[in-house]
Amino acid sequence: MSAANSAHSVVAPSRSSKRIAGTIVVLYALITLIPLVWIFLTSIKSPPDSISYPPKIVFTPSLEGYCNLFTTRTRQTPDYIASLPAPVGTCDEVTRKRNMVIAGPSNFLPRFINSLVIAFGSTFLAVLLGTLAAYGFSRFKVPLADDLLFFILSTRMMPPIAVAIPIYLMYRELGLSDTAVGMILLYTAVNVSLAVWLLKGFIDEIPREYEEAAMIDGYTRLQAFRKVVLPQATTGIAATAIFCLIFAWNEYAFAALLTSGEAQTAPPFIPTIIGEGGQDWPAVAAGTTIFLIPILVFTILLRKQLLRGITFGAVRK
Amino acid sequence: MPDEGTGGTPLRAILTRVAARIGRRAGPPDLPYPNRPGEKLTISHSSIVENAVDATARATPVSVARRVRGLSDRAIAWLFIAPAIILLLAINIFPLIWAIYLSFTNYRANRPNAPVQGVGFGNYQRVLNDPDIWQAMQTTAHFVFWTILLQTVIGFSLAYLIDRKFRGHAFWTTIILIPMMLSPAVVGNFWRFLYEPQIGLFAYAVSLVSGIPTSDIQMLGNVTLAPWAIIIVDTWMWTPYVMLICLAGLRSIPDYIYEAAEVDRASPWRQFWSITVPMALPFIMLAVLFRGIENFKMFDMVTLLTGGGPGSVTEVASITLKRAAFESWATGRASAFAIILFVAVFGLANIYVKALNRVKQR
Repeated sequence: MSAANSAHSVVAPSRSSKRIAGTIVVLYALITLIPLVWIFLTSIKSPPDSISYPPKIVFTPSLEGYCNLFTTRTRQTPDYIASLPAPVGTCDEVTRKRNMVIAGPSNFLPRFINSLVIAFGSTFLAVLLGTLAAYGFSRFKVPLADDLLFFILSTRMMPPIAVAIPIYLMYRELGLSDTAVGMILLYTAVNVSLAVWLLKGFIDEIPREYEEAAMIDGYTRLQAFRKVVLPQATTGIAATAIFCLIFAWNEYAFAALLTSGEAQTAPPFIPTIIGEGGQDWPAVAAGTTIFLIPILVFTILLRKQLLRGITFGAVRK
Repeated sequence: MPDEGTGGTPLRAILTRVAARIGRRAGPPDLPYPNRPGEKLTISHSSIVENAVDATARATPVSVARRVRGLSDRAIAWLFIAPAIILLLAINIFPLIWAIYLSFTNYRANRPNAPVQGVGFGNYQRVLNDPDIWQAMQTTAHFVFWTILLQTVIGFSLAYLIDRKFRGHAFWTTIILIPMMLSPAVVGNFWRFLYEPQIGLFAYAVSLVSGIPTSDIQMLGNVTLAPWAIIIVDTWMWTPYVMLICLAGLRSIPDYIYEAAEVDRASPWRQFWSITVPMALPFIMLAVLFRGIENFKMFDMVTLLTGGGPGSVTEVASITLKRAAFESWATGRASAFAIILFVAVFGLANIYVKALNRVKQR
């Protein structure tokens, strides 16, 4: 940073420093991507390829992982398999090569659907309650507003296991253990704190004059909220919704402790996928890939709002 | 801006202050707002007619305005806020109070019909005198220290490099951010495969670089390596988080300060230590606060990677708690431990925030 760049600004980084910085950052990014690339590669390996030594980078892709993820199989004698009619579809064929036949669907699909229902249900509720409360805190003089807001945030500091003990007992009394409704309520409660803090920031940024002008024109407060504030806050609401969705989608501790069957979500289920003689890694990788794709899409959509989301709205760009 | 709230709860104060300071650059100023519609409008009026309308609006008594407009603002405020508060009371606060009650009893969740007896502070006494629990707290502290140190150093360095604004920096920033959005449980589970000594990619790569045979790289089975296995995954996952906040901090430093330093012929080294670091420090500390609270609660990753083993070398507080509550079913004692943990997080966060406040006032 000296005479070389004095033409425009004295503080602009020099070209060589930019090149070095760029190289290091790109190198770091590529290294951190390796585990994710490996998840995908493992998902399209056959089980023998997946556990070969040294690890295989070049291999013939196989759909066996995905087939095993969605099905349960039973071992049969080669004679029995030969007596069967021609295989229907790739999975049938792949399975028979391993001297097995498909016995039925696995639990992955229902667990995945549970994840979808619980994540979307709790996100909808959290954003609904969060938007209302955020508007209330943003626009009205609420007694003890700061204390209430802090109370809302502090509920997020408790270790999930500490909360899970009484919740477990309470849900047992109320018949909510292992139900989607119970999980939706729980995730809504956890997400509402994030939603209120984030949305309050977004609504604070909408000038009050807009609503006031609308109210002078004869709108009631509620109409002004619906027709003026909500459309203005769409971006903020969408970003908040994605954050809530990602939390509920990724959550493991509550799901592992409070659900076991009917309402189990994908995160506690995926680690339990086993094949013959241990973990079926291609199937686990396939499940992980399917589970991660929505998050990847959302991360890219959300990249401009990430900073705000992860700091509860404390840091805005 | 509610800057004067420092005397109350420090953490709350800091968050509002941080928000106020940091948000000021982009967000619009805090506008005064009327309790009654049309009271303090700042729209400029050109014609006399508009002024007349405005005057009439201003002259309308509050009570009339309220009747015309339906619900009063106060009623709406409570109507809007109440549902969120009620849900939190039901799902967070009521269970917390219940846990406090249970922590003074010998209740066991697997024997719901056994008579419940109060034991006073007996559970707390047992928890605080239990060497296993102190061991778990020590393990947790060890994790929190190393993960935060690594994440802050790597995260800040990355942010500093990205702030050089090389070509394509926005794209690579997004790529770097990906790991932190993923599920710690699901991805942590897959790391178990990467760590496999024979077939895993991690051991293979390490042995390729260092020449140590792969069978000696038992990341999850070795007593000395297992804690580091978890620290590595946590650092891989959460460094982007610290980086993102540090980047915001670096970008909040106005160019003219550097220009002034350049005029004064301050060396780049000097500029880094007397401008960059101090001015980004509140952001770094905020990142450390959030990571500290999160890692104190660490559960998912440890459960899936080691489950607390080998032996109990990676048994963090959350795992001890889970074992006491859901494996030994000592609900009363587990509740006491949970309350102690909560108070500890809360207390430490508050002490830390006081320090953060001092840094910001400098």
